[in-house]
Amino acid sequence: MVNTEVLEKKDTRSGFGAGLLELGKTNPEVVALCADLTGSLKMNAFEDEFPERFFQAGIAEANMIGMAAGLATGGKIPFTGTFANFSTGRVYDQIRQSVAYSEKNVKICASHAGLTLGEDGATHQILEDIGLMKMLPNMVVINPCDYNQTKAATIAIAEHHGPCYLRFGRPKWPVFTDPNQKFEIGKAWTIQEGTDVTIFATGHLVWKAMEAANELEQQGLSVELINIHTIKPLDDAAILKSAAKTGCVVTAEEHQMNGGLGDSVCQLLARNTPTPVEMVAVNDQFGESGKPEQLLDKYGLGTVDIVNAVQKVITRKNG
Amino acid sequence: MKTVAELNDIVKQVRRDIVRMVHAVQSGHPGGSLGCAEYFTVLYQNTMSHSAVPFNMDGKNEDVFVLSNGHISPVFYSTLAHSGYFDKSELATFRKLESRLQGHPATEEGLPGIRIASGSLGQGLSVSVGIAQSKKLNKDAHNVYVLMGDGELQEGQNWEAIMYAGHNKVDNLIATVDFNKAQIDGSTTDIMGFHELNSKFESFGWDVMEMDGNDVESVNAGLEEAKTRSGNGKPVVIIMKTEMGNGVDFMMGSHKWHGIPPNDEQLASALDQNISTIGDY
Repeated sequence: MVNTEVLEKKDTRSGFGAGLLELGKTNPEVVALCADLTGSLKMNAFEDEFPERFFQAGIAEANMIGMAAGLATGGKIPFTGTFANFSTGRVYDQIRQSVAYSEKNVKICASHAGLTLGEDGATHQILEDIGLMKMLPNMVVINPCDYNQTKAATIAIAEHHGPCYLRFGRPKWPVFTDPNQKFEIGKAWTIQEGTDVTIFATGHLVWKAMEAANELEQQGLSVELINIHTIKPLDDAAILKSAAKTGCVVTAEEHQMNGGLGDSVCQLLARNTPTPVEMVAVNDQFGESGKPEQLLDKYGLGTVDIVNAVQKVITRKNG
Repeated sequence: MKTVAELNDIVKQVRRDIVRMVHAVQSGHPGGSLGCAEYFTVLYQNTMSHSAVPFNMDGKNEDVFVLSNGHISPVFYSTLAHSGYFDKSELATFRKLESRLQGHPATEEGLPGIRIASGSLGQGLSVSVGIAQSKKLNKDAHNVYVLMGDGELQEGQNWEAIMYAGHNKVDNLIATVDFNKAQIDGSTTDIMGFHELNSKFESFGWDVMEMDGNDVESVNAGLEEAKTRSGNGKPVVIIMKTEMGNGVDFMMGSHKWHGIPPNDEQLASALDQNISTIGDY
């Protein structure tokens, strides 16, 4: 178990920026496109170092996605960068036809996902993007949990041939994963083993789940905590194995309940070994302006909500 | 280089293929396909330097074509078959289950000659700009050709791409607008007029040409002229005047044959007007 005492905090988008810069140095085929959010996406270093491989698309996301499909056709590995809302919902048909159906090697990299972008409010707080992207055939969907994992995932998706959606966020968040980790797409990471309940968590809520696990351990519960950084392809074997061991499951994510990680886990369990599940996710609502922590609490995504979900699901299992 | 007579023979065969393919499955889009038979034939027979075998998806060191208005797939498929990308017998599978010749062009079935799916309109120009940029990065001096429908210009994404290509001087791009002034619901003038189309492109920094799209000599000369204008700091656009349904008298002068197949009698009439030249599939 990772020490949850005071840790360094860094934003996951900076992990993306660092990973992209490293890719620029190691892979000459990597190119980057941005729709007027270079600073927000932390793509400045790549732009400064590799100006000929950086394409400023302006505030024109549809064209950016199409150009990325074209660059991929020509053998490049394009990474597009804008906010998660403009990376998915705004350009869904462009991604569907020109990227996913056309099997183009495009990496759609999306910052400011979820409630934790904060004060900008619901216009920007997309909570549907995982669902939108995972429904597309050929699309890989990844939502890393901290700076180090985001950097490693950025590097890993360049090695995977095919369309990928990489989702990260705005706030500074505890950094608790190994800075030298090798990111394996589709491979769940067991943070700690336990026997009473399994928590499957993705993105920023992995940290919240770790806080919850600590609290639950103090109550005498044995918690298995697994990081599902890749929502598609899902690590079916790891999820089924853990659910069989603990007999009950909590999922935690900064996303709508409809279409998110919990939805994927429930489908898998229902088709194989039906298991009690509680889902910590936003329940069919839009967000609002506020500070990230305030929003997580208001919309039921806080540490206490995960603790409560665990207690409820264990009661159901034993009932 | 094919002669005018040779080109016209291929055009007639392409027209036969189009009406036969659409008739066979009683679905597809003959009108726009017929209007562009001369353009496709000249582009693939004379204008472009391209490799059918092997077909290379990345199109490195060759000219590349993108069809944005994917519903005119019959003319595209026929042209690819007559350019050696696959055997013309495969045209008989058009729009049928398990075919590589999907209703709208797609890459998933691996049909040689197709580099991007199209059909949902307004996306091909952006893709072409991306391919053109990849050619510049690869120090590849070849051009990217893209065909768009005129009705398709109502899609806003085109104007994002037009603005981008002008600003960034994507001068290895030769776009053609199939200016047949018709779309499914009627004439483009009635539905959403373009008014000054040439000056719209010009004001975005494009080099604008016009050509008659239903005369192979004009198309041949126009595309050669476009080539000489490329590489001069501006993307090139050809406003190509065509007639929907060209070469089949009862399909001309109306938007009604945009997506309607001919019946048996109409097929016979269309084929009588275009006698087989290089052989039916």
